[in-house]
Amino acid sequence: MTIDRLLEGLKARDPRAIGRAISLVENGDDCAEAILSSLDEDLIAKATVLGITGPPGAGKSTLTNAIISQLRLSRKRIGIIAIDPTSPISGGAILGDRIRMMQHATDPDVVMRSMATRGRLGGLCATAGAALRIMASCGCSTIIIETVGVGQSEMDIIRLADITLLVLAPGLGDDIQAMKAGLLEVADLLVVNKADCKGADILAMDLEAVIRKGSPIPTKVSMTVATESKGIKELLDRIDKVDSEHRESGEREKRRRGAHDQEVLDWCLEILRPKLLAEISKRKLPLLGDPRLEAKKILAEQ
Amino acid sequence: MAKHPKFAQWEENELAKSLNRFPERKEKFSNHGGAEIPRLATPEKIDTEYLEKLGFPGQYPFTRGVQPTMYRGRLWTMRQYAGFSTAAESNKRYRYLLDQGTTGLSVAFDLPTQIGYDSDDPMSVGEVGKVGVAIDSLADMETLFDQIPLDKVSTSMTINSPAAVLLAMYVAVGEKQGVAAENIKGTIQNDVLKEYVARGTYIFPPKPSLRLITNIFQWCSQKTPAFNTISISGYHIREAGATAVQEVAFTLANGCTYVQTALDAGLELDVFARRLAFFFNASSDLLEEVAKFRAARRLWARLMKERFGAKHPASLMLRFHTQTAGNTLTAQQIDNNIVRVTIQALAAVLGGTQSLHTNSKDEAHSLPTEESVRTALRTQQILAHESGVADTIDPLAGSYFIESLTDRIERDALSLIDKIEESGGVVKCIEEGFIQRQIENAAYQYQQEIERGDRIIVGVNKFQIKEDKKPPLLRVDPEVEKTQVAKLAAVKSNRNNEQVSRMLAGLETAARGSENLMPHIYDCVKEYATLGEICNVLRKVFGEYKDRG
Amino acid sequence: MFNQCRLRLKMTERTHKKRVLVGKPGLDGHDRGAKFIAHALRDAGFEVVYTGIRRSPEEIAAAAIQEDVHAIGLSSLSGAHMRLFPAVVEALSKAGAPEIPVLGGGVIPDEDIVALKQAGIVEIFTPGTPVDTIIKAFHEACEKKSAG
Repeated sequence: MTIDRLLEGLKARDPRAIGRAISLVENGDDCAEAILSSLDEDLIAKATVLGITGPPGAGKSTLTNAIISQLRLSRKRIGIIAIDPTSPISGGAILGDRIRMMQHATDPDVVMRSMATRGRLGGLCATAGAALRIMASCGCSTIIIETVGVGQSEMDIIRLADITLLVLAPGLGDDIQAMKAGLLEVADLLVVNKADCKGADILAMDLEAVIRKGSPIPTKVSMTVATESKGIKELLDRIDKVDSEHRESGEREKRRRGAHDQEVLDWCLEILRPKLLAEISKRKLPLLGDPRLEAKKILAEQ
Repeated sequence: MAKHPKFAQWEENELAKSLNRFPERKEKFSNHGGAEIPRLATPEKIDTEYLEKLGFPGQYPFTRGVQPTMYRGRLWTMRQYAGFSTAAESNKRYRYLLDQGTTGLSVAFDLPTQIGYDSDDPMSVGEVGKVGVAIDSLADMETLFDQIPLDKVSTSMTINSPAAVLLAMYVAVGEKQGVAAENIKGTIQNDVLKEYVARGTYIFPPKPSLRLITNIFQWCSQKTPAFNTISISGYHIREAGATAVQEVAFTLANGCTYVQTALDAGLELDVFARRLAFFFNASSDLLEEVAKFRAARRLWARLMKERFGAKHPASLMLRFHTQTAGNTLTAQQIDNNIVRVTIQALAAVLGGTQSLHTNSKDEAHSLPTEESVRTALRTQQILAHESGVADTIDPLAGSYFIESLTDRIERDALSLIDKIEESGGVVKCIEEGFIQRQIENAAYQYQQEIERGDRIIVGVNKFQIKEDKKPPLLRVDPEVEKTQVAKLAAVKSNRNNEQVSRMLAGLETAARGSENLMPHIYDCVKEYATLGEICNVLRKVFGEYKDRG
Repeated sequence: MFNQCRLRLKMTERTHKKRVLVGKPGLDGHDRGAKFIAHALRDAGFEVVYTGIRRSPEEIAAAAIQEDVHAIGLSSLSGAHMRLFPAVVEALSKAGAPEIPVLGGGVIPDEDIVALKQAGIVEIFTPGTPVDTIIKAFHEACEKKSAG
């Protein structure tokens, strides 16, 4: 596919073009810039990015699937980015999140993409952000990023979202206190999934007691049974409410600015990384030299 | 040497009762030289440990077998799984097998039937009649058992999620033949829990599926008391890559779940427990497999007694069917498979199975030819009549290796069962994927061993040859799908469609409530409502299960 | 303004990854083999989009296109491969992505292999095929796709 055809395809919302565009940006291909500068900034500004995170076993993918079904009832065009970890040993990954969402595979208004973290410390935000923008530019009014909230890079991704849901479930063995403080801070809405299971009410009570301090918006706990599509409509209503409040108060602007800066930083690192690596190996630095001094030297000469 | 009082007691009670019901196959079992073969070999001095761990056949803890005379009284049932394409073709194969000496029928259904789709459903395209017989309505069932008297055969049906429907059809066929429901003998697999982790032919989510299963238990205990209502299966779990210990653990854990579900539904333990049957795999490690079967029997008896308080001996017995391991069959040098199946069948017999299916040599290529099936059946017959292993009970008992292995498997399986319990039970573990991951890891490890050459598979990673000769293979005629769809259309136009709609509506109402669905399903089936129509009503009410991967 | 650029995907360590979709079309639920291949491909450095069992050919094709995979791996043990594997090739063609290679495995008689290849399936793996052979075939299929 030539670049012009690709750009045309993107405008026409051709799934092949969208899929290819995301790959090219993810792989840092030469055409990435051409693609990214062709995007519709207006649509990107209007879209809402929903982050869904939580420990494994909470039912995130099932919940995402239920949310998609509900949103499709109002004919919204939706994008989903599902992120799974890359194996540090082999460099490969099993991307299995979309298994629970396959019923939407043939729906032309559901644009799904599975991404691996590729062991990057940086760069994940950059590429996820770019994929987000490509999806928004092709008309997705809501884009969902789904990721397991256990690593630093996954935490960073969530900052790309306008609104973040933290999904928990009873009996997973997490103590609220034991949970990484980061996750609770980042969440706009707390969801207790598998609400029909024992311990759900207690978990909800515990969570309500740990609500984000200093937040102008009280974070209430939503109860869902994703496998039975229960509580989904109420959850979406809450999300809409939070969304309007964020837009009014300027919070959304603030977050987008933060996300934008985060992405720029990420791209800086992503672009610099290979150059710096090449420079380091070229210099054959002595083992006993101080790494920090060496770094400053290299940067000064860039 | 004076007999131990417990031995004498056993002879006077369990053994005597059994001999009264039916005698042993021969007056005297002797070898070629005329020496008598003892019924049951025991240590010279029977001590407490022997009594606790081994005991006597037909007596708690049943380590040595569930019947007092085992194969001296009756040989295991030789039950070959079969069925393909149309009901008429399958009927022919069944009558052939009965002529050749099979003592029980085992029905294989095609995937659409197993998943509750009619042959004309878009999901069924390309799959009709491929892995078993297509049954769309009672009409197909009537054809399937044409000229086969249901009071003379026992039929095992490998059907799970829609078992209620197929069971209703079977009983309806019997009714038409004039056979009373209480004389109907057979088994439905009806084990939905393993579908979620190993076999994949699930339809509804776990909770409503368990409801259907207890409905079946209840209905059968009154209407068809001679019918086995569930075959709690380890076979498929093992095929999916589990180890012997996992096979025992997950199967028995599933069994406990069914028992608890039935108890929660108000059923009486000592009434339904005796109709629970099991289904295991017989793999190639001969000694481990023998130990596995013995361990499973002892463990189940203990669980039923200690966890559930079962009183009646019949409630404590683990009766099982065995199939030789499909996943050991190779596509290369297929004659080798006959040898594999022989070893596996021997393991099952030495392990005390109640019935046995032996695989055919060509099954890594496709469904077996008539000739291959015959060889598989002969394998069992040779074991039964020529090898002598059926003439004495539990011959490997007392072997240091077998007994220590039996102990170890029981211990490790119980430990895994406890872990599942602690993690919230089987359904929870299925939803979390714990059981699936255990199986996957075991499967992956096994395969890696083969790839590395640490585990030899003869003809595959060692002792290979270049093979030119292609074995004759069975081909399912692609016209089958067309024929079946046409037959289905005919049934739909010849029946009373108003009645059908009424019955289906009644089923839907009942499904939304909590009454027993079997009578409603039976009514639907008699009016020639199709399997797909009935299952779609239930899908509407119960929803469909989504795989979590 | 923007030159036409031929899109070459270089296989450098951190960026360009080979992406493969593995799934089972039709009703067959025995996924041990498919899961094993998915894991083996992961261990060989591929990104594997695993779509599970009971997928229609259209779902598989749509997902493959969205995920921009270099190859598709199908598994079937129920004898329905003659109908289902070519259906995936057809669905890809209809959706405008005929260049994605399809490889298949399972209980497939030798006579069917010829017909399947004629229908556009690149490779068929029967039981007992060493996993290295399968991985190599996927590598080759992916490279061909990237170059083309």
